[in-house]
Amino acid sequence: MRRIEFEGKERMNRLEKAVKIILTTLGLISIFTTIGIIFSLFEETFMFFKEVSIVEFLTGTKWTPLIEPTHFGVLPLVAGTMLIVVIAGLISIPLGLGSAIYLSEYAPKKVRKFLKPILEVLAGVPSIVYGYFALTAITPLIRNIFPETSVYNALSAGIAVGIMTIPLVSSMSEDAMMAVPDSLRNGAYALGATKLEVTKDVVIPTAMSSIVASFILAISRAVGETMIVAMAAGSTPKLTINPLESIQTMTGYIVQISMGDVPYGSLAYKTLFAVGTLLFLITFILNVISRHFVRKYRRAY
Amino acid sequence: MNNEELKRLKKRKMLNSVMHGIFLACTLFGVIVLAVLMIDILRKGLPWLSFDFLKNFPSRFPKKSGIYPALLGSLWVILLTAIIAFPIGVGTAIYLEEYAEDNRFTEFIKLNIANLAGVPSIIYGMLGLAVFVRLFSMGRTILAASFTMAILILPIIIIASQEAIKSVPSSLKQASYALGTTKWQTVTGVIIPYALPGILTGSILAISRALGEAAPLIVVGALAYVSFIPKGPFDQFTVLPIQIFNWAGMPKKEFQDVAAAGIIVLLVILLGVNSVAIILRNKYQIRMKD
Amino acid sequence: MEPILSIRNLNFYYGEHKALKDVNMDIYKNNVTAFIGPSGCGKSTFLRTLNRMNDFIENVKVEGNIIYEGKDIYSKEMEPVELRRRIGMVFQKPNPFPKTIYENIVYGLRKNGVNKKEVLDEVVEKTLKAVALYDEVKDKIHKSALELSGGQQQRLCIARAIAMQPDVVLMDEPTSALDPISTMKIEELVLELKKDYTIIIVTHSMQQAARISDYTAFFLNGEVVEYDETSKIFSNPRDKRTEDYITGRFG
Ligand SMILES: Nc1ncnc2c1ncn2[C@@H]1O[C@H](COP(=O)(O)OP(=O)(O)OP(=O)(O)O)[C@@H](O)[C@H]1O
Ligand SMILES: [Mg+2]
Repeated sequence: MRRIEFEGKERMNRLEKAVKIILTTLGLISIFTTIGIIFSLFEETFMFFKEVSIVEFLTGTKWTPLIEPTHFGVLPLVAGTMLIVVIAGLISIPLGLGSAIYLSEYAPKKVRKFLKPILEVLAGVPSIVYGYFALTAITPLIRNIFPETSVYNALSAGIAVGIMTIPLVSSMSEDAMMAVPDSLRNGAYALGATKLEVTKDVVIPTAMSSIVASFILAISRAVGETMIVAMAAGSTPKLTINPLESIQTMTGYIVQISMGDVPYGSLAYKTLFAVGTLLFLITFILNVISRHFVRKYRRAY
Repeated sequence: MNNEELKRLKKRKMLNSVMHGIFLACTLFGVIVLAVLMIDILRKGLPWLSFDFLKNFPSRFPKKSGIYPALLGSLWVILLTAIIAFPIGVGTAIYLEEYAEDNRFTEFIKLNIANLAGVPSIIYGMLGLAVFVRLFSMGRTILAASFTMAILILPIIIIASQEAIKSVPSSLKQASYALGTTKWQTVTGVIIPYALPGILTGSILAISRALGEAAPLIVVGALAYVSFIPKGPFDQFTVLPIQIFNWAGMPKKEFQDVAAAGIIVLLVILLGVNSVAIILRNKYQIRMKD
Repeated sequence: MEPILSIRNLNFYYGEHKALKDVNMDIYKNNVTAFIGPSGCGKSTFLRTLNRMNDFIENVKVEGNIIYEGKDIYSKEMEPVELRRRIGMVFQKPNPFPKTIYENIVYGLRKNGVNKKEVLDEVVEKTLKAVALYDEVKDKIHKSALELSGGQQQRLCIARAIAMQPDVVLMDEPTSALDPISTMKIEELVLELKKDYTIIIVTHSMQQAARISDYTAFFLNGEVVEYDETSKIFSNPRDKRTEDYITGRFG
């Protein structure tokens, strides 16, 4: 056979070096993104706190940045967010966990194969669609039952956010429960336990930290959810626990300001970033806690 | 077994059956909600759906309203988003899985990406506003929106691509290296072809996420009312979800049904995009025989 | 006879674990050298040090010298990529790429800048003939390699390795995943190939070593207990442990 001439290794090496440099740069983009987020949020926030004291911001109970006399207490927005989160959690956590238990422990294989993709579709529906559903279907239903409900209300938006986050809880919890080895289950069955008892005493405790992580993640998502609350929850910053009233969340406020024509650089403009920073920090902390639980679960194995 | 025990056993079995029913009901709740939601939207929106609806501009009159500029806006944004995010995302994944050393810094990047995946989308809008619209003076354009969306979906693409790259059997990589290839040659020769279906599926899912997003683009400054056709990256724009959002918020009741028609268009596009993902995955699925 | 590879005082560590202890050996050109020994004694590890495939395992350390063409392969002048082009490898489990038969064979060539169709065509035909696969697959050269049987896949992997025209071909238990007929074919192939190549083969089969190799090294716990002409090793081993192993009295 004729001897084959190979390409020189010079060119190969140069290409290899160039590729490495390019890829490393790409790897750094995620870091730049984070720096970008922090920079873009914190800079304006810093300017904001030059004009408004951080104490007033965090403890004030009135949020009227656009109307004289202006107040910059963020608590009403936080309370609105909390109300949504609680309502959403009351829906997504039990229903999500129930689905996870059914799919992982009870469902025959075929049923599972059929139901799981449907839940995935539920997760893929854009939040704008849930917002629309809340406004045009859930709210009228609520108003039929409680006529005093306002057109925009926390309950309707909270329910929609809850529905949207069900798949998050169910898929993550289910994964954790499926990962529990059968040997553990069989140990309990051998002692005469029913399926429910096995689930309750063996499967859930073993998968607990991941299940908790899924709850926290769902909460974090509810905190950051924007379009549903912008459409259905209203724009009235209010310290209330009545779910039938119109409220405003942190995200809802950001949307409201972004849609209006607030002059660039004005104090009202800066509130956007102060609220954004708070939102970022809250979700960041929740995500860190959630990951902490996931890691705990992994270590258990 | 005495009577007492039998009774207890019966009760335990009962409880199990009851809870079985409840768990099933929890699962069906999601299914039913999805069905109700779809029927509700189809019922309201279908009568308004027509060819005119697709090619008209928005209007004060519900009957004349159309979705054309938003449709084009969405297509522009999504196209540019994909062009920006795909190479960066896949490149980052290749870097992390094949090139980066296993050290603290790499750990940090991975952690950082996981964190970014959990940041609310509206925060990305604020990033886009501060960095692309203002700092890079792109203005409230399609280009700024696309960069914002690209950064938003980057973590999803990276994580999906990492998973796909991890699934490449090491025996194939070794075979490639043993033939005297460099790292990059092995990446292009074996790793990318093998991981491509997974990478594409993940990327397309990310794209469909971007298609449905409204919040960040509201912050970046998509227009509420567009009466022109966006012709390039430097034009102003609106997108489907924002158009739907506007219609849904209008006082005239009919506009809510127009919004439903808009939602149908959006969902059909999403369905199309996801079908492409499934088809691609099935077509290029490469499995090693064992 | 002139050695093609000279191994001197080679130690190899996985982290703290010393997997090879002071290995010294000369590998001779156009011969078949067999490595035998119980599981875990370091045969594969040693084989992988010869073309630096161990570079991909983390936290390993190499001491000593391996001289190939007058150069230490672990020295700076030696490019591992270049080295692997000259010292090819065949793995225990057949691992064809999920590509066509043709593309499998020319993969290494293409990656090394050889793209002329006539050259590639010629190489494919010649190597397929060399591994006695040509008649079996000539109609499906552009079909997926995964459609071949395990034995055919392994011969394809050998074809893929020799398409690079290496000096040495390393084979790590190439027949352990195959049926007896395929095994026989590969053994015949090895005997055929040694005209053009130097072959080093790890095997668990004493008969296989005896049938096809010219030299045999017996490994135990990371040490080379005995290395000599195969006939001597099998008829008249110097070391008691070698004798025990080849007569099956071991462990
Ligand atoms: N990647 C690795 N990391 C750590 N230790 C390893 C690794 N590979 C092998 N070893 C250890 O090195 C020693 C030699 O392993 P090696 O695979 O070379 O044995 P072998 O002789 O090829 O065995 P077999 O006949 O079973 O293939 C063993 O103790 C093994 O546990
Ligand atoms: Mg081995």
